[in-house]
Amino acid sequence: MISPSTVAAYATRLGDNALVLGQRMIELVAASPELEEELANANFSLDYIGQARMFYTYAGEREGAGRNEDDFAYLRPEHEYKNLLLVEQPNGHFGDSTVRQVLFESWYVLILDALTRSSDEGIAEIAARAIKEVRYHLRHSSQWLVRLGDGTDESHARAQASLNELWRYTGEMFVADGLDEKIRKDFKGPDLRHIEAQWQENLAAIVAEATLELPGDQWMASGGKQGRHTEHFGFLLAEMQYLQRTYPGASW
Amino acid sequence: MVETLYKPEEILEWLSHVPDPEIPVLTITDLGIVRGVDCSAGVTVSLTPTYSGCPATEAIEASVVAALEERGVCDVRIKRVLSPAWTTDWISDDGRKKLRVYGIAPPERRDRPIACPRCDSSNTEVVSEFGSTACKASYRCVDCLEPFEYFKCL
Repeated sequence: MISPSTVAAYATRLGDNALVLGQRMIELVAASPELEEELANANFSLDYIGQARMFYTYAGEREGAGRNEDDFAYLRPEHEYKNLLLVEQPNGHFGDSTVRQVLFESWYVLILDALTRSSDEGIAEIAARAIKEVRYHLRHSSQWLVRLGDGTDESHARAQASLNELWRYTGEMFVADGLDEKIRKDFKGPDLRHIEAQWQENLAAIVAEATLELPGDQWMASGGKQGRHTEHFGFLLAEMQYLQRTYPGASW
Repeated sequence: MVETLYKPEEILEWLSHVPDPEIPVLTITDLGIVRGVDCSAGVTVSLTPTYSGCPATEAIEASVVAALEERGVCDVRIKRVLSPAWTTDWISDDGRKKLRVYGIAPPERRDRPIACPRCDSSNTEVVSEFGSTACKASYRCVDCLEPFEYFKCL
């Protein structure tokens, strides 16, 4: 059955990915080795937060229960967040952050591309806006992966270790749950099996250029889409929601 | 009740003097973010954001309302539209000229070389793809040695 709540739930999930990654990137502000990198990171982070605002606002409209973007961002507990485990992983060193960005952005760009053809106009419009930005983010993160992987012995080894470490969070990106299936069937959403094949191919090219190796089959972590998060997520949320939790209704 | 009716062209003319807060040589109509004016009930101005995270979005909306109120239009509504998404193709030819005079190389369509806005040489090199704002890259002219900003194609 086609119901507005399906779209609201899916828009919320997309908003969660964007907001949590945007928040992680905000933590990197003032940590970059050079000014241009600093600005790129801060600007990209703003793009993600902007995307989250659009997805949440739309989710609120479709839900029709009077929730606005801030209610979604600041007043939901941990288990109501349905973002991928990958985006909540800590920044670690620059190789860790770079690998996280490449793995997510190479997936997200394909999801957005498929969503621009969704029969839900609201989602399709936001996707069309967002994909222009994310293509650009991916160009940036993959350039860095190539620089690190094909750089010194030290940067190569570290980037490879980051890739091996974060690989376990890529599995759930392609496992469709009930909501993914509904969006695919009722709203012409992405087919995750297609996305996986394309993602593997695109990622293999970036990783090869970076002279790194794709990790083999291994155990994959999952649970993000069901609201079961890694231990890092609570800390992120506590910091992000602190102000609204302590001073409810505070505004600028 | 006195009802003042405005013409969309008139409103657009007024909006063509509202500067972009980040690149003040450009007006919001040069930038191509005014997508429509509807004068059937009050005045509704449709605006589209350049980037999702553009911090200037709220400032632009406020300056549109202020500019129209200054002309006596008091019933102003802003509508945010996302589709079709903004790209640099929406920047007018006039806007491109203004950018060049200001010292920012305007976005080039397709694979054309980026010309130095000062000496017009196309012998230029990229310093950083990611410059002072999300929409600009840093370049340097190899001939006149001036550093300059390039408004990236999106």
